Amino acid sequence: MKDPPVFMTASEAVRELVSDDATIFISGFGNLYPFSLAHEIIRQGRRNLTIYKHSPELIADQLIGAGCVRKLVMSWLGNPGIGSAHCFRRAVEKRIPQGLEIEEYTHAATTGMFRAGAMGIPFLPTKALLGSDLLAKGRARVKTMNCPFTGEKLVLVPAANPDVAIVHAQRADTEGNVQAWDVLADLRDGAFASKRVIVSVEEIVPNEVVRSLPNMTVLPSFLVDAVVEEPFGAHPSATQGYYDRDNEFFFEYEELTRTVDGYQRFLADWIRGVTDRREYTKKLGPQRLSKLKPRASPSVSIDYGVYGGLTA
Amino acid sequence: MMVIAASRELRNNETVIVGIGLPVLSALLAQRTHAPRLIMIYESGVIDAKPTRPALTMGDPALATGASMIVDFFDGYALFLQRGMIDVGFVGGAQVDMYGNVNSTVIGDYSNPKVRLPGSGGACEIAEMAGRVIIIMPHEKRRFVEKVDFITSPGFLGPGKNRKNEGLRGAGPSAVVSTLGVFRFDSNGVMYVDAIHPGASVEQIRANTGWDIQVGPDAKETKPPTTLELNVLRNEIDPRRVFLGKLD
Repeated sequence: MKDPPVFMTASEAVRELVSDDATIFISGFGNLYPFSLAHEIIRQGRRNLTIYKHSPELIADQLIGAGCVRKLVMSWLGNPGIGSAHCFRRAVEKRIPQGLEIEEYTHAATTGMFRAGAMGIPFLPTKALLGSDLLAKGRARVKTMNCPFTGEKLVLVPAANPDVAIVHAQRADTEGNVQAWDVLADLRDGAFASKRVIVSVEEIVPNEVVRSLPNMTVLPSFLVDAVVEEPFGAHPSATQGYYDRDNEFFFEYEELTRTVDGYQRFLADWIRGVTDRREYTKKLGPQRLSKLKPRASPSVSIDYGVYGGLTA
Repeated sequence: MMVIAASRELRNNETVIVGIGLPVLSALLAQRTHAPRLIMIYESGVIDAKPTRPALTMGDPALATGASMIVDFFDGYALFLQRGMIDVGFVGGAQVDMYGNVNSTVIGDYSNPKVRLPGSGGACEIAEMAGRVIIIMPHEKRRFVEKVDFITSPGFLGPGKNRKNEGLRGAGPSAVVSTLGVFRFDSNGVMYVDAIHPGASVEQIRANTGWDIQVGPDAKETKPPTTLELNVLRNEIDPRRVFLGKLD
């Protein structure tokens, strides 16, 4: 079993657990993208990374533009609802800042790879990719087979076991058990599939809080290597219950990064120009942050019951 | 008209898988008009959401608050789509061809594309496994092509090809709804004109389609938007024209 997770800063976690050439899983879908950890990866100048993620969106775009990424394993990369991820397109269309290798799938296949990896089996049979040129003309690492029982056409997706998972979640307790809520997408599978797990959280809560709601735990402490307490760690993506998605930021990013200069300016202002997420949020300013705060909507509490005494 | 016509393709007591943008508007409109028991399932794993605002993305926190169920991504795909629980899905992209194949991967050659598009996302599996598929696409010649540069999401594939032989479980595209009309597919899987929107013409459709598209024997004018449909769409669903504003 792993040693208990260590509570540390984003800078320490990346320094210890993310190396050049690493294969990295990234959590998120609309929310819970670990932007703070990703920015630290850029600041520490990591190179030659492979990103594993069904929908890597802006995090990947920023890492690609900064020259950190050699390869993508994914099924969709754009600026959702707005348009293109420009660094991604420049890398593929013009090899700026460098060429990009893409192992391309569909969401069903990518998330299937994480599920297989999480299950500790070498592949999962699916119906993904059938009829698509991704099977015929793309570079998906899959095999087709006829089911040995029914003869039906199947696509086998290989397990993915990335070196390290970077994850953002709402909270962890003092032991390192991680709880999350909202669209979790591939968070659990991707983390279970990875050899090392770094989780940044909005807050650390007492152990009893987690124990009062065990169904909400997505990652047990013994899966996690490092826990980083990082308020606003997912900005500009959302963190359910804490802050909204900063849609304006996504629009501004799309417009600014249409040119290489624009992206370099973004990199200088928001990533290299700040030492950590605390400085980043100070730069966002209290007004912008307060606009992202949702109205309270606490759930109806539940009761697991306490069971004492000997049974008959 | 495009959103309204697409909404009419949905039936009551169906499960529809949606992503973002116009398909969501069509589904919401159907729910509030002729299909009150239409169940919307988001590709992101949110079931039966009741968002208090039009969502820009599938991961919008407004979708999670108040939804009836949330499952993780692979479960959403495996337990719902692959299991056969989705009656209808929407597929979109940059190009659609005469066989209803949709491209959202590349314009040009895959290894050296002229334009790199975002990719399939979940569109491919929706095209494969939803009971039937509705394709929504603005009608332009560069979009309605004879053969897509790359098949991201399979329709009827091509001449002599068979969906069942390729292992595809769903029936494929039942309609293409564009800014000019509604299109369906014949027994060979070839697209034809089934309805022309008010104000549009067959000549316009042909001028904006990259092959010699035929007009079906029962081709008609699309029923114009009703007052109810327009009211619901403009005043209830998208009052700030977040998505409607992008059209026409």
